[in-house]
Amino acid sequence: MKHMFRQIFQSGRFLVGFAIFSAIVLTVVIYPLFINDPPLEILSRGTFLAPGIYVNVYDSVNFSTRYTLLLDEAVARRVGARLNPDDRATMLEWLTGNGIPEAEIDTADTAALLELWHNNFDSSVRLPGMTNADRNYYIRLTTSLEGLLATEGAIVAAQDTATGGLTETDVINQTDYVNIGEVPNFRVLPLGTDNFGRDVLTELVSAAGVSLTIGLVAGTVATTIGLLLGLVSGYMGGLIDDVILFITNLFTVIPGFVLLILISFSIGQEQRGAFTIAVVIGLTSWVWTARAVRAQVISLRNRDHVNLSKLSGHSIAYILAMDILPYIASYVVMALILQISSGILAEAGLSILGLGPRTTEVPTLGLMMNWAMIYQAHILGKWWAYFPVILVIALISFSMNLMNTGLDQVFNPTLRG
Amino acid sequence: MAKVVLEVNELTTRYITRFRESIYAVDHVSLKVESGKSLGIAGESGCGKSTLALSLMGYYFAPLHYTSGEIIVDERNITGLDPDEVRKTILGTEISYIPQAAMNALNPTRRVINFIEDVIQAHRPGITRTEVYAMAKERFELLGLPAEVLHKYPVELSGGMKQRTVIATSVILSPKVLIADEPSSALDVTSQKMVIKMVMDLMDKGIIKSLVFITHELPLLYNVTDDIMVMYAGQVIEKGSAQEMVFDPIHPYTKALMGSIIVPEAGLRNVKLAAIPGTPPNLKNPPSGCRFAERCKYVMPECRVASVELQKASEGRAYRCLIPEEDLRKAYKHEK
Amino acid sequence: MKSNSVILSGKGVTKVFGFGAHKTVAVDHVDFSFRQGEVISIVGESGSGKTTLAKMLLGLISTSEGEIHFEGQLRDIRSHKQKKEYWKNIQAIFQDPFSSYNIFRKIDAVLLDCIKMRGGGKFPYEQKLALMREACSFVNLKFDELTNKYPFELSGGQQQRLMIARVFLLKPKILLADEPTSMIDACSRATILDMLMALRSEIGMTPIFITHDIGLAYYVSDTVYIMERGKFVESGSADEVILRPKEAYTRRLLNDVPKLHEEWDLSTV
Repeated sequence: MKHMFRQIFQSGRFLVGFAIFSAIVLTVVIYPLFINDPPLEILSRGTFLAPGIYVNVYDSVNFSTRYTLLLDEAVARRVGARLNPDDRATMLEWLTGNGIPEAEIDTADTAALLELWHNNFDSSVRLPGMTNADRNYYIRLTTSLEGLLATEGAIVAAQDTATGGLTETDVINQTDYVNIGEVPNFRVLPLGTDNFGRDVLTELVSAAGVSLTIGLVAGTVATTIGLLLGLVSGYMGGLIDDVILFITNLFTVIPGFVLLILISFSIGQEQRGAFTIAVVIGLTSWVWTARAVRAQVISLRNRDHVNLSKLSGHSIAYILAMDILPYIASYVVMALILQISSGILAEAGLSILGLGPRTTEVPTLGLMMNWAMIYQAHILGKWWAYFPVILVIALISFSMNLMNTGLDQVFNPTLRG
Repeated sequence: MAKVVLEVNELTTRYITRFRESIYAVDHVSLKVESGKSLGIAGESGCGKSTLALSLMGYYFAPLHYTSGEIIVDERNITGLDPDEVRKTILGTEISYIPQAAMNALNPTRRVINFIEDVIQAHRPGITRTEVYAMAKERFELLGLPAEVLHKYPVELSGGMKQRTVIATSVILSPKVLIADEPSSALDVTSQKMVIKMVMDLMDKGIIKSLVFITHELPLLYNVTDDIMVMYAGQVIEKGSAQEMVFDPIHPYTKALMGSIIVPEAGLRNVKLAAIPGTPPNLKNPPSGCRFAERCKYVMPECRVASVELQKASEGRAYRCLIPEEDLRKAYKHEK
Repeated sequence: MKSNSVILSGKGVTKVFGFGAHKTVAVDHVDFSFRQGEVISIVGESGSGKTTLAKMLLGLISTSEGEIHFEGQLRDIRSHKQKKEYWKNIQAIFQDPFSSYNIFRKIDAVLLDCIKMRGGGKFPYEQKLALMREACSFVNLKFDELTNKYPFELSGGQQQRLMIARVFLLKPKILLADEPTSMIDACSRATILDMLMALRSEIGMTPIFITHDIGLAYYVSDTVYIMERGKFVESGSADEVILRPKEAYTRRLLNDVPKLHEEWDLSTV
């Protein structure tokens, strides 16, 4: 036994799989200890906030000590960030339309482009085919560019509640900085927010935990049913075997996923908790375990050690538990791992079709995919709403399959090499 | 004196385990097989006889490693050749080897003739299929195997027929030495007899020059080979002609081994079989003295001191014991 | 030792596997009567049906046809309780010691099962220990070195001796030994056979050897049955059958075995 464990941990594949899997499980366990926000809490107004650090503007203006940093690049970056590629393209269009050779214009050099624009733009000049709307757009653009290269600071004013007059209270210079550590309110959103404005990372960690639990419950249910039916059917033979085999074959020819969809649908949205879904997945996926266990038991039941056990007067239950089960235990463990992994995938599949657990209690990996899909994250290019979810599903599946093949190498000597 | 075909001097090979332990399964073994002669190797399971068979080919792969000694086949020293060269120039043409489960070598999805093609083409690239077929047919007919076998799939043949097919294939390039490791143990008595007859035919018809035959079945060995060598815990413990080894053993271990033979012959029912208590020593940590000392009836304190060398005895025999041969014979007579 | 009472007999015992086109008759209407105290051998090549017959005698598989009588009574082992009762009287030793034991159970567990089967389940532990020690010393094994060990840690010969210790504790009336020595070395074979014979006189059982080794059959048995393709072709006392065989099949079988004092005729294959 000890020897076997040592061998298992000498298998490279198993180790890699085990490391990835443990990393996921540890994250699921440890993350809530540090950040214990409810995973479904809505943080933001507006959907799909990009990943990043969100600093409170009010705090950074009002509370913090300001520091002056003289950085050369600051102006260029600020201007560069304000002038988006679309604006640059329209500027180029106007300029070339007014006879400036295209070769002289470099849209990447913000300062030169602004200079050129400043010297040439005239709102009264109409280009051929230019509509009023276009003209207004150019005028707005010019206005917004005014002061972009200005060096004076922004004025903060206080409003007098009685007179409604403004009094200048503070000037924020372009060279003013705050230390983020001194700002009392900021929020790190490493994976941004989703369509409902919830923190994707917190949601993802919680979803991974729930999905793993669903997988575990589904896998345990499926393996238990498959194991019991396989043991009884393989060992007893005769009529019992025929009946169980008939049921098993019946389930084999009905595609499991279709059955799963039909059952989930008939349960109804309100009754579908995560646990119910897990049990339903388990109930529809025991077939292959049962068949495989049955085949193994058939090859074992005529072995001499089983005969010897019979001759020692042991009951059928005892023989199944002591003389058959330990011999197929390694096999069952491998089947369990695969069942857990396929349980997680089945949940994801169901949820993406909108047949997963009801959406109000807990997130699951499948539900996150479903939300991302419904709110068109993939079309809007909001990758943080779906890509991390896909990655986590893939990693769970991959690590479990690696562990499985690693175990297979240990238990099945013909695959060693 | 006839020409020596296979000569092995002080060959030592060992297994290196995963835990870096060395197990010397063949420990300073020397032997000579002359042209037209056969040598039998006997011993309990785990005595190193199968490892010796593998080592004799000069083809080593992990965990078996060559340690020292030399192997000379037909005046050519093959020790120290690299495995590729051994495979190309020695195996099949100089030495052939048949393991116990040789019949499992046949690929169940291909016909026998395809298997033979592979074997021949590995040594003679460019040979045409017609030539291979002609060669195989001739050899099979010479050995009394029907040529139809060539077109059959392995599942269509019985165990004995498969074993004979593999043997006929392994000697198709007329190697000088054939090493057979329990070639008939997994078979029925009738199939066993057919396999043995074929191996004997190989010698009689001059296809092979010498035979090394390994088995734990002593009556079989007695009937097949000219000389017998008994191994114990990796060492040669006694060697001599088959007749002498069976009816006049010197070493106490050989004596006990021969005393445990059961054959359906009159008078056997009244004989008490010899039993050897205990188990062979662990080769990871062999005892310093005589390796048989623990189980020997005639053990003396000196036996456990230093390793015992192979002693020359009468008529070209040798045995590994401190007690003189006359004293041992006397003791055996006294027991009766 | 010999007595005339028949302990196990069979009439028209048949075993058919499969049905229709795949029907195989493994054992074909064999009749036999084994007398108490005799050593019996059933000799046959592989595929002769001898192991199937042994399993039927043991009650591990049912008969397709025919009756088996145990101690003059028709054997009825349909329920588990009846089987358990029958197995107190008949035990077995199998060919391959390495596959005969459950690799997950320790040696003491194997022996304790036997004590329990003989009704000693409630014995005080000291008494059980004494019984196990006695059984092990009978087969020359040191019980105190074996506790906490698994059977597969022993050599083949030792495992087979442990099997005999098991039979020693169970004290059955019949022992079916299915090729008990074919997987172990010649030197250990003598030890095993000696122990089986000692056990026979100790508990007065009837041993039945199932073997392909006609030499072994001749050495150990009083009565020999030769089996070919599911049928007994010849039977009688060992001297009669082995030294003066009447049937061609027996003669061929004898002829095909290498011997020491007679020329082995290789021309007759």
